[in-house]
Amino acid sequence: MYKILFREDLVPGIHLFKMAAPAVAAKARAGQFVVVRIDERGERIPLTIADWDKNGGTVTIVFMEVGATTARLALLKEGDAIADFVGPLGVPAEIGNYGTVVCVAGGVGAAPVAPVARELKKAGNKIITILGARSQDLLFWEDVLSGVSDRMIVTTDDGSYGRKGVVTGPLKEILESGEKIDRVVAIGPVVMMKFCSLTTAPSGVRTIVSLNPIMVDGTGMCGCCRVSVDGETKFACVDGPDFDGHKVDWELLAARQRIYIGEEKCAYEEWQKSHAA
Amino acid sequence: MAKLNLNRVEMPRQDPKKRGKNFNEVALGYSLEQAKEEASRCIQCKKRNCVTGCPVEVDIPDFIQAIRDDDMPAAVRILKSKNALPGICGRVCPQESQCESTCTLANKDAPIAIGRLERFVADWERGNLPAKSATPSRPKPAGRPSGKKVAVVGSGPAGLTAAADLARLGHGVTIFEALHVAGGVLMYGIPEFRLPKEIVQAEVEFVASLGVKIELDSVVGKLATLDEILANGYDAVFLGTGAGLPMFLNIDGENLNGIYSANEFLTRVNLMKAYKFPEYDTPVKVGKKVAVVGGGNVAMDSARCALRLGADEVYIIYRRSEAEMPARREEVENAQEEGIRFKLLTNPKRFLGNDQNWVTGAECYEMELGEPDDSGRRRPVVKKGSEFVIDVDEVIVALGTRPNPLIASTTVGLETTKHGTVVADEETGKTVKDKVWAGGDIVTGSATVISAMGAGKRAAASIDEYLRG
Repeated sequence: MYKILFREDLVPGIHLFKMAAPAVAAKARAGQFVVVRIDERGERIPLTIADWDKNGGTVTIVFMEVGATTARLALLKEGDAIADFVGPLGVPAEIGNYGTVVCVAGGVGAAPVAPVARELKKAGNKIITILGARSQDLLFWEDVLSGVSDRMIVTTDDGSYGRKGVVTGPLKEILESGEKIDRVVAIGPVVMMKFCSLTTAPSGVRTIVSLNPIMVDGTGMCGCCRVSVDGETKFACVDGPDFDGHKVDWELLAARQRIYIGEEKCAYEEWQKSHAA
Repeated sequence: MAKLNLNRVEMPRQDPKKRGKNFNEVALGYSLEQAKEEASRCIQCKKRNCVTGCPVEVDIPDFIQAIRDDDMPAAVRILKSKNALPGICGRVCPQESQCESTCTLANKDAPIAIGRLERFVADWERGNLPAKSATPSRPKPAGRPSGKKVAVVGSGPAGLTAAADLARLGHGVTIFEALHVAGGVLMYGIPEFRLPKEIVQAEVEFVASLGVKIELDSVVGKLATLDEILANGYDAVFLGTGAGLPMFLNIDGENLNGIYSANEFLTRVNLMKAYKFPEYDTPVKVGKKVAVVGGGNVAMDSARCALRLGADEVYIIYRRSEAEMPARREEVENAQEEGIRFKLLTNPKRFLGNDQNWVTGAECYEMELGEPDDSGRRRPVVKKGSEFVIDVDEVIVALGTRPNPLIASTTVGLETTKHGTVVADEETGKTVKDKVWAGGDIVTGSATVISAMGAGKRAAASIDEYLRG
């Protein structure tokens, strides 16, 4: 069992757990993920590592309530434990001194972007961060990201905070400003990563995205998470989760995200019924 | 000499119509009377050919004699002194090509049903002896404590067998398992109706009762690497991580929704218990018309699971003829009885889908058999212009598996083949890397439970010899 040492409700529907997982903490690197299972009946879901502390033996995850499993997870309190916390999985993010890197975080993507931005900063890069959310009340970790960024731009879809609009607006402006951009890292919803990649495509700036397809084991065993990159089938769990955004087949990824949409709805409704009772 | 009894006692099975709708075990096992009757057919040959036919060298005539003598605790003891997993082997070993094929009565087409008797003994123990307490049937550790530590990576048949033997020989053993339960393919691969998970867990508990520690959720290569394990006080490592990487056809349309690897489909159904969704959280798609591509046991398991989940029609699509099918005869017959349809000499060319990315059909070639290939089986050749479409809404690709590259790719000094298997001595399992042994599917590519157990056993003996120096 893996204990929840600390819990923080970042914004409505998005929660942070600091988990006791010393072995995972000892090996974790930016860009990797863990597979979490709540209990005997639970499913295995992948969550990107948001932070870790080798000395304290903790790993931090941030998740959004989107279905039965995450809703059940959100009911857990400090001191509660979950059955499984497997990791660190996947290939760590490429960290090097590239020059200027634009880190784009969409919604809950703020959490996985943070350690990548931090490590890139440590490696000597100039970091420009674009953080986007639907509205101010869903925005979190502006402070965390500011702390590792040379420049910070915040957008909200409804204009309730920062610039009104989506993250691709400022991204396009930066690319067209004449400033030399050496790399873009974009993490967030599929549609956001897709449009970031489309935005950077004309300039050819290398754009790294972190894909989040449905997974079961997370160790290369099942092939559930297969994605098409440059016409080749890859397993996001062992070949990724980071890929070249210009080469990802976004339509396929979006379609495969919908495989269990009916079952997910059914499970969520079942859970709501049993939870209400 | 007494007259030979050539009437093999049949084992009762669930009715095919009923069992196609449930996940309960198909084969129901012998009663004590049936077991004694079958045991009484054994002629107790001087030359024990059956024992040489067994990869783990169970003293077969002795445990059969004990059944006859009505001394079940002795039967358990004899069986378990060589085989820590008899309930599993009694169900899934291909006895017809091993111990039973070398039985003297096999010449008369009536070999002793050794597998069924083995299963009976294991089930008797579970039913009659408390699981966790030390009982007379539990073999005592054979070796004095060595003070040495061995890490076993993977808790499938090879790993469990190696761990059990090493613990009995007096070594401190820890198993590292990547998944959340121990058992490997016995848990995620083989379905409940062929191998109840309760039985696997009972035998895992038996291995643990010998003093073996089991660390779950431990992905070696991602957590500690092999070298770190060795540096952390382990004196030897046995790699038994199996062949867990699914192979695909690499044809058009294979990433359509509704197309599974057999590994994914079976993992969802068996390990995650998707057949109990939504009581269990993991879903699995249930097609109306399901095509399973492949002709091995995994293909049969997948087809029979799809049927039980509620598919109207399930096809096996196999590119050779029935004679070349690698699946056990018994499993092919079970599948046929349950109504699985066999499309033989058929091979998919591509998969067709709709605008929602869901699979709608498999365009296939008709095949014919040509000259024998490397495997000795006749090579299937495409019949030109023979394309036809089978309408399906789910496809399960069961073409076999390769070893997961995770450990080999994170370990310096391991030698691998172009198939991704680890090179190890056939007799001892020793790899070219110091202090590292390997056995089972990681060395051979996908094979059988019992051959993996045999490899685990031989490696344990070799590791013991090394550690006792």
